[in-house]
Amino acid sequence: MIAQQDISSLPRLSKPIIFVDKLSKTFSDGKIKAVDGVSFEVKEGEVFGFLGPNGAGKTTTINMLTTLLKPSSGNAEVCGYNVYKHPTEVRRSVGVVPQEYTADEEMTGYDNIILCADLYGMPRSDSKPHAEELLRLVELQDAANRKVSTYSGGMRRRLELACGLINYPTLLFLDEPTLGLDVQTRAAVWKYIRTLKDEYHMTLFMTTHYLEEADALCDRIAIIDHGHIVKIGSPEELKASVGGDVITVTVREATPDLSTDIAQIPLVRDVKNTAGTYRIKAEQGEEAAPEIIDFIRSRGMHVTKIALTKPTLDEAYLEFTGRQLREEETDRMSMFSQRVTMRRARS
Amino acid sequence: MDKNLSPADGTRLREATVQEEVPRSANTASTLSPRPAPKLNTSPVHGLWALTKRDLKKWFTNPYQLLITLIQPAVWLGLFGKALNFGSFISSTGASVDAQNKILFNTFGTTSYFSFLACGMLASIILFTASFSGMSVVFDRRFGFLNKALSTPVGRGAVVMAKVFQSVGRSLSQAAIVLAIAVVLGMDTASFTVPGVAGAFLFLFLMSMGLSSLFVMLALKSSNWQTQMAIINLLNLPLLFASNSLFPTTIMPSWLQAVVKINPVSYSNDGVRQLLLGSPGFNALWFDYAYLIGFAGFFSIVGIVLSWRLLSK
Repeated sequence: MIAQQDISSLPRLSKPIIFVDKLSKTFSDGKIKAVDGVSFEVKEGEVFGFLGPNGAGKTTTINMLTTLLKPSSGNAEVCGYNVYKHPTEVRRSVGVVPQEYTADEEMTGYDNIILCADLYGMPRSDSKPHAEELLRLVELQDAANRKVSTYSGGMRRRLELACGLINYPTLLFLDEPTLGLDVQTRAAVWKYIRTLKDEYHMTLFMTTHYLEEADALCDRIAIIDHGHIVKIGSPEELKASVGGDVITVTVREATPDLSTDIAQIPLVRDVKNTAGTYRIKAEQGEEAAPEIIDFIRSRGMHVTKIALTKPTLDEAYLEFTGRQLREEETDRMSMFSQRVTMRRARS
Repeated sequence: MDKNLSPADGTRLREATVQEEVPRSANTASTLSPRPAPKLNTSPVHGLWALTKRDLKKWFTNPYQLLITLIQPAVWLGLFGKALNFGSFISSTGASVDAQNKILFNTFGTTSYFSFLACGMLASIILFTASFSGMSVVFDRRFGFLNKALSTPVGRGAVVMAKVFQSVGRSLSQAAIVLAIAVVLGMDTASFTVPGVAGAFLFLFLMSMGLSSLFVMLALKSSNWQTQMAIINLLNLPLLFASNSLFPTTIMPSWLQAVVKINPVSYSNDGVRQLLLGSPGFNALWFDYAYLIGFAGFFSIVGIVLSWRLLSK
């Protein structure tokens, strides 16, 4: 409840930059419903995350929103343009950083960006200085005139990011932006994403299956599984929905049992007492814990130990997507591209 | 005091402050200019040259690839063309040189089989280069470049035509080199004229357009290079053998002649031989041109139309 208030108090609550209504995609070669009636909105200036296991429909959704795939049914508007009626306008307004490393290895980093600019029809007088700016942003200015085949995985990823920004997009799609990257590059990519959001007020739509990434970067997350959105909310909201924080309190005096009394404290949901150690589930543990301590002391008893555990997004995620391992086959093509991406990321 | 305020020191001081400010501003704001979208070129062919150049540049900077592609026609010319000495077949019967030349001319349209074959090799190199044009579509799809290009406002037709034009550019340059090799190896150049050679390359251009469009089209849906290889093998040799590239139509069985007569490669050869060797030819030049313009036009248009349908699934 409180988390919802947080969302509504976000500063920019203008008209949604992405509006998706019952969007579906059925692939013709089978009865596979890759995306099955998803609806959501993304507000301007927000970092919106799509979280889900492999084959959940994340990339298919991005491909529909960036007009690479035609939806089977439903409706979608991106930057105010309908994806069916005005695909070219959508393409002109958004930037796309695909999951794969798409830069041409035989060309230099700089030439790759200029090629992207040419595809947008940008005049060279504009694209040349902008390409240099972007190369500086992703810290590739020193490698700009080297062939991409000499780049490391992290450098390639940063180059992809620069290519995706060449057309001054207001909305940037990032498909698995840190797949297979080392810790340093991942930190750098996170930094760029934050810069784009905070300083350029760009809206970002990203997919990931790294939970800590979604937690660290996203204002709101949609958990998608089997083509359905199973939950949308802020990271805090998702965590809270699995049952709140756990406070473990050890009391020196084993009797009397305070369980029922502690359960009366506001914010506390559930109390279990085993031999003087209370396991208390509570919303907003930070606020509930002092109340609990005060209450125990007011009964003339002594707290010897206290611990507060916050639920992780992992738990929320597993709660919503189930714990069984995934063995569905994704198609050959996407497996191949993911393998290539991972391999190149590590080069 | 006056010394301290000398202009030199003042300048240095100012420089120092500027240098300090640069990284700070880079960290906070102006790394990306917040300027609005620039004036864009929205013509349907924008990006066509950029995409064509990308492929041509890669080919140009890889001399090995060029060298290897040229080995096959060179082997055909040097070994096959030189070994198949029709003149000696005839002279071994005791026929006079005049009779020998007459038989050769009636059969090949020239007294030199090597020259006849050289023209066929020009068609062959075009055919082989064009057939691989689809391969580069498959690889672009596999490595994601195609999807990236398609997520930009570049015309879908431009994506396809860039593949066609890069193939045309490659095949024509290779044909020029094959022609030079043939001349060095003894091709008859008596009938060469500047407009004749230009006209011959116009034939090759049209054939290359049509064949490249055909192979690019066949690759539009495919992400599997094995399938693509199979298609190339399936079409390549029949298109070469069921044409007048290696042998004249007149010595073929009638069922094969029927196939040869619809094969566009034959029309290109017919025209090229008329222009380069002064051969009589089976069709009027204008008819050869018309047939190839139709062929190239048809497949380019079909390719563009299919690109609109197939490139967005």
